Amino acid sequence: MYKKTPAKKRGEPIAKAATGIDGLDQITDGGLPRGRPTLVVGGPGCGKTMLAAEFIVQGATRYGENGVFMMFEENAEELAANVRSLGFDLDALTRQKKVAIDHVRVERSEIEETGLYDLDGLFIRLAYSIESVQAKRVVLDTIEALFSGLDNHAVLRAELRRLFRWLKDRGMTAIITGERGAATLTRYGLEEYVADCVIDLDHRVTDQISTRRLRVVKYRGSPHGTNEYPFLIGGDGISVLPITSLRLDHEAPAERLPTGIAKLDEMLGGKGVYRGSSVLISGAPGTGKSSIGASMADSACARGERVLLFAYEESASQLVRNMKSIGIDLGRWTKKGLLQIHASRPTLQGLEQHLVLMYDEVRDFAPDLVVVDPISNLGVSHEDAGLRPTLMRLIDFLKQRHVTAVFTSLVGDSGASLAETQVGVSSLMDTWLLLSNLESNGERTRTLQVVKSRGMAHSNQVREFVFGDDGVDLIDVYVDDDLVLTGRRRLGAQRLGRGASVAMAGAARRRAKR
Amino acid sequence: MKKAAPAAKAERAAKPEWQLRLYVAGQTAKSAAALANLRRLCETHLAGRYEIELVDLLVNPKLAAGDQILAVPTLVRKFPEPIRKIIGDLSNEERVLVGLDVKPIP
Repeated sequence: MYKKTPAKKRGEPIAKAATGIDGLDQITDGGLPRGRPTLVVGGPGCGKTMLAAEFIVQGATRYGENGVFMMFEENAEELAANVRSLGFDLDALTRQKKVAIDHVRVERSEIEETGLYDLDGLFIRLAYSIESVQAKRVVLDTIEALFSGLDNHAVLRAELRRLFRWLKDRGMTAIITGERGAATLTRYGLEEYVADCVIDLDHRVTDQISTRRLRVVKYRGSPHGTNEYPFLIGGDGISVLPITSLRLDHEAPAERLPTGIAKLDEMLGGKGVYRGSSVLISGAPGTGKSSIGASMADSACARGERVLLFAYEESASQLVRNMKSIGIDLGRWTKKGLLQIHASRPTLQGLEQHLVLMYDEVRDFAPDLVVVDPISNLGVSHEDAGLRPTLMRLIDFLKQRHVTAVFTSLVGDSGASLAETQVGVSSLMDTWLLLSNLESNGERTRTLQVVKSRGMAHSNQVREFVFGDDGVDLIDVYVDDDLVLTGRRRLGAQRLGRGASVAMAGAARRRAKR
Repeated sequence: MKKAAPAAKAERAAKPEWQLRLYVAGQTAKSAAALANLRRLCETHLAGRYEIELVDLLVNPKLAAGDQILAVPTLVRKFPEPIRKIIGDLSNEERVLVGLDVKPIP
């Protein structure tokens, strides 16, 4: 969508200064316009200051471009404390003369105005700071504070115009932050002066869960993504999650991973799922979704692989206990450090926040398999449009790292709606196992079928699914008189020596035809 | 720089009661006007009790941050405390007196 158009002969594409913020550089096709001011607009608590601070810090640490942070609202200590939460050490950078911080305090009550003046003092301070660290980047956060500090807005506007011109003349890549206004983009119409690039930050609360969003409103002379992108302020800075920037270019490993259930592997072309593929296990309550997930985790650990399990229904110890009851001992793997279980309530945070948490954990732990149990709990409200893009980003992220992903999903018990409810996410999945309850003749039978499995021959039979003392197992379809028998009826028929498991039955039928 | 005779007692080690600092940026018409206005006003209302320090930010740019100077010219009343600031060329005598909290001598 923001594909780079080939540079025209008539003029070079404008130079960019990378922000170093995950995703933002993708959306803006390389960063902010170099040597020009960019306006970042947003309401209170939108992360304007954080974005600006990261721009300065990344510039100084990653791109060798020192910066000046001039702030009008917070003081240096407050800023340093705030950005420390992102893992940035501003104090060290100021000591190393890579960043200069200047706090401009405008106290309305202390100031009396009489006669003509200009803002040369501000220019001199800025020039001095720029000089002191040989800065290439400048942040003015939030210069609009001057409007409440000074009475003479005519002078102020003229001086601001001069200031932005002055920054441009000095080739400073600048971020100017502004508070969102009611009728205009910013409260005091700063967009009038800074017109090269405007980024809008937004903070929205839906269903009591907040999501931050970022949008590039305009970017003169450059293609850019126009959508709203969710972004997060995480433990290591801001990350923008550009949904539409996802490229489907990850490598697909050919290696196959057994699921730990021999019969299930058999259904999946005899070898199990592909490494780095995504598996959806959906089913009604009590059909054994978690058990299959746990079984896959168990077998991966047994191969010496690392597994990360996100549990949104049970606590870690409850999960371990319950799985032990069907003979899957997860406890030994956690002790060995091969398995990590993260249990939390899905409502604890917004979807994006969960996503970032998962990202962090995956990055830290470097697992081979990730189990999310269940994803349906993450999208608490059914109209949660966020679940699909969130999953898409997670799957993409995992695929790029060749991490196999297993998601369980809780669905209703009625057959028709069952497939429907999964339509949204199922297209993202490579393998889809559907578990359902078959109720007849006074008993309930668990069944499993492979709805789809990309890139492999797979069985299209419905198998009976049982819990034993040593994990889950599948039972071959048992056919008697072209009737698929399950549960007690199967046992009865088996006792009487009638019918045959389907492999044999098929062979028998073929023989009969001859 | 102009120094007046010390105030009556040895209070504040011979420092005058009113200590004013005027920040300017170079020799501009505005800064010249501000200095002239200030001198006239002090002579009229604070004769013998004041001291004016002139700071040119073009010469000493790092001093701007200390007193939170933004606009020039800025007049800062260092003493008596609390600090007050008056920005502009000080052309309106009445407002300067209010800003400095000086009781005009009729």
